[in-house]
Amino acid sequence: MRLIRSTALAAAGLLAFLALWEAVPRLGLVNPAFLPPPSTIPPAFLREIELGVWPEAVLSSLSHYVAGLAAGAGAGIALGLVSGMSRGFEAFTAWVVRLLRPIPGLAWVPFAIIWFGVEPSAAVFIIAVGVFWIVFFATQGAVRGVDRDLVEVAQAFGFRGPLQRLVKILLPAATPGILVGLRTALGQAWMAVVAAEIFGVPGVGQRMMQASSLLSTDIVVVYMLTMAGLYGLFDSAFVALQGWLLRWRA
Amino acid sequence: MPDPIIDIRGLSLAYGAGESRNVVLESLDLAVARGEVLVIVGESGVGKSTLLRVLMGLSRPSDGRVAIHARPECRTPMAMVFQDARLLPWRRVIDNVAFGLEGSGLTRAARRERARAMLALVGLADLAGRWPHQLSGGQRQRVAIARALAVEPDVLLMDEPFSALDSFTREGLQDELQRITAETGKTVLFVTHDIDEAVTIADRVVVIAGPPGRIAAEVRIDLPRPRPRRDAALQDIARQLRAELSRRSAEL
Ligand SMILES: Nc1ncnc2c1ncn2[C@@H]1O[C@H](COP(=O)(O)OP(=O)(O)O)[C@@H](O)[C@H]1O
Ligand SMILES: [Mg+2]
Repeated sequence: MRLIRSTALAAAGLLAFLALWEAVPRLGLVNPAFLPPPSTIPPAFLREIELGVWPEAVLSSLSHYVAGLAAGAGAGIALGLVSGMSRGFEAFTAWVVRLLRPIPGLAWVPFAIIWFGVEPSAAVFIIAVGVFWIVFFATQGAVRGVDRDLVEVAQAFGFRGPLQRLVKILLPAATPGILVGLRTALGQAWMAVVAAEIFGVPGVGQRMMQASSLLSTDIVVVYMLTMAGLYGLFDSAFVALQGWLLRWRA
Repeated sequence: MPDPIIDIRGLSLAYGAGESRNVVLESLDLAVARGEVLVIVGESGVGKSTLLRVLMGLSRPSDGRVAIHARPECRTPMAMVFQDARLLPWRRVIDNVAFGLEGSGLTRAARRERARAMLALVGLADLAGRWPHQLSGGQRQRVAIARALAVEPDVLLMDEPFSALDSFTREGLQDELQRITAETGKTVLFVTHDIDEAVTIADRVVVIAGPPGRIAAEVRIDLPRPRPRRDAALQDIARQLRAELSRRSAEL
């Protein structure tokens, strides 16, 4: 009963939002080029698909997203594990980390272009930088937080080397914390995709810039919604995966 | 004692150094016979856990000698059961029991088969597929015992394994342990602060008093098993041990 009521309310809220959005440009309160009414979005979407632009831009962005996420998360997990296991490594890198960490991913754009050119690899790099820190700190903290008693169990059963400690105890015990970091990174990486493509690497971000310079704001909205949809899809899939991986928890 | 399986001579252990140096065990001698169930009692903080940790190789003594005469073919001479079970929550029951067998050269199937046999021994064959969080405290402790037995140790070290359980479950597990030791002939070092528990399961009870911890008294219990609880002879020994413990703590 409660669920039905809240679903109905949510639907009503969405409808009200769309109605207001439709009304404002139609009543001439705002220039429709500044705010395209929602009814113009599906036709714009169909046009983009017919032109073949939409699938191309989406695929291209997705490839940057996946590659950047994999590279940043992979490096973040690897270095986070080492840093979480070794006080020496943590101390050795402490000031370097403190120096580099506050630099926003987008501040790397000039170097990304100089090093990689206006190429997909530049976008991948920018995405990876943003993801790296999130995953690195999540992993390091999760490893630090592992119950020492469990590590002792491994020792008591003869698993004493660092690699055995990692595989038998630290990695599985740190998985929940690492996954929390990864989920944050999943969202962060989407933001970086748009930013990374705005300077010209083909993809959704670039297409949005083109469209906005032609004042085709309906197309801009198509891609805004596309990104919301894709992010929702990835996030739901990730939550499902997370639930399965952590099915051992109460 | 002829041919002891564990022979500890002059064992000392201190934590810290200088001002904060804390001598936990001092010139402790203890020999354990093969197949013996030795129960260690003593007030909290006298170093009972520390003694087990030294035997397990988890803590390094400052002085003294610890000799363990396990069968030469025994890969893991000792296995430990902790007070709080310490199952690995991300492993199903069966894989928790098989944990210590990884790296033994057994195939996964063989490890699981052994684990299944151990679960049957502790009466939990049906729960092999559960996650640890789906078990009661008593079941968890049984799994921990199965995990320790799976590696076929010569000695089972048990650090207050039943003290977190309700008395009904505790007595059930005491009976279970006696059955298992009778069946397997394991040597057991069992720490408890429960005197009734001690006299029920022990061949011999040693009292550690301190600090610094040393053996203060020793009682051999030759009564036949299974021992009826609240048995007059047992209660006598229990009373004697309690008196010994309170006399020791009054001295300190
Ligand atoms: N890792 C450690 N570092 C310093 N002191 C410790 C450590 N572990 C135990 N102790 C101290 O050693 C003493 C004995 O502890 P423990 O062996 O756990 O006693 P028991 O098991 O008999 O209760 C206690 O005073 C405790 O504070
Ligand atoms: Mg203790």
